Amino acid sequence: MTPPEYEYLRKFLKDYSGLDLSADKQYLIESRLFPLARKVGLSGISELVQKIMGGSAAFNVQVVEAMTTNETFFFRDKVPFEHFRNLIMPQMLRSRANRKSVRIWCAAGSTGQEPYSLAMSLKEMGAALGGWRIEIVATDLSQEVLEKSKAGLYSQFEVQRGLPIQLLVKYFKQVGELWQINPDIRAMVQHRQFNLLHDFSQLGVFDLIFCRNVLIYFDQETKTNIFNRLAKAVEPDGFLVLGAAETVIGLTTVFKPLVEQRGVYQPNEVRHAPVRTPVFAAITPKMAAMAGI
Amino acid sequence: MKTCLVVDDCAVVRKAARQILEGLDFRIVEAKDGEKALQACKRNLPDVILLDWNMPVMDGYEFLGHLRRMPGGNAPKVVFCTTENGIDHISQALRAGADEYIMKPFDKDIIAAKFHEVGLVQLMDPNPSAISA
Repeated sequence: MTPPEYEYLRKFLKDYSGLDLSADKQYLIESRLFPLARKVGLSGISELVQKIMGGSAAFNVQVVEAMTTNETFFFRDKVPFEHFRNLIMPQMLRSRANRKSVRIWCAAGSTGQEPYSLAMSLKEMGAALGGWRIEIVATDLSQEVLEKSKAGLYSQFEVQRGLPIQLLVKYFKQVGELWQINPDIRAMVQHRQFNLLHDFSQLGVFDLIFCRNVLIYFDQETKTNIFNRLAKAVEPDGFLVLGAAETVIGLTTVFKPLVEQRGVYQPNEVRHAPVRTPVFAAITPKMAAMAGI
Repeated sequence: MKTCLVVDDCAVVRKAARQILEGLDFRIVEAKDGEKALQACKRNLPDVILLDWNMPVMDGYEFLGHLRRMPGGNAPKVVFCTTENGIDHISQALRAGADEYIMKPFDKDIIAAKFHEVGLVQLMDPNPSAISA
């Protein structure tokens, strides 16, 4: 790949998907796009660049998907799901007791492990949610991963990463070599193709947004922009959950981290301020130091 | 250091498991069938047992029954590790007191994930992406 080809691909990916590659990620392009080039009968990256310049929209989608699709697994990182069970949902049960509904957005739903992990966690809550309307909206840039998510079919390898065996037995059926998540869990999740660079208003307002391991693709300015728009897509007393290596610190003040609840954030500008509890304390110097600012 | 008893009639599998588990800071004891495993448990109860199902002399399922009836035999975590990948076998194992279940073939990630499920391995924060700028 020549330097101009690399620069062309960088700009293409940035414009098309927001993916922000630094100047030294040639290896990543090679490892992700060479297999795609061969799959569609091209000799390598140079021909792939020519094809992008040729302007085939369908092919451009394939290129972006090859660059942005990442491995994920059930209950990834564990801690966010513990917060969901022990902090977020108990608070929702209290604060939404009248309307009895909760809307959740998985903003990078990928192949379904995250939205289905949330759906299983909710099922496990049993009678506490009787009569409640729960909506989980899973979006992703990639139609291909959404199709996999909808099918809910996983390999033996995939169901052994992060999924406790009791939940496998309870919520999956064996289909040949694969495992399929049960229809009642699948029915809890709606799928929509969606680009985080686009306007969120069509999705409505959510009580909880899981936006994990996707903002790492974007440059600082785009991250800040997305946070500012996420703040409008979440209820004033709702929650934002980010990935283990992600933070709002240094990027925006529209969200604040919850003390001692790593990865969980709430909108800062509490428009109809509920009573503040100690958990909403400001960022401590120690936290700032941990975040490296 | 925690101890893991690796029970499998196949020496190659025991060796592969040993390598992975030593990498996760376990001390390894090996047994090639359920009876040998039971003898090992009578000498010293391990913290966790990685247990094959089909073995000569005494299979893993029978071993589990004996183990759970031993004094102190409820303490070790038992992780089945077998080619018996049907849901019937998994359910049967859980009813008999298994804590987790690995369907062969396994790799380091699966062992680490399953041992994390039973509370014996801390998972590192995974690097969320190769793309972080």
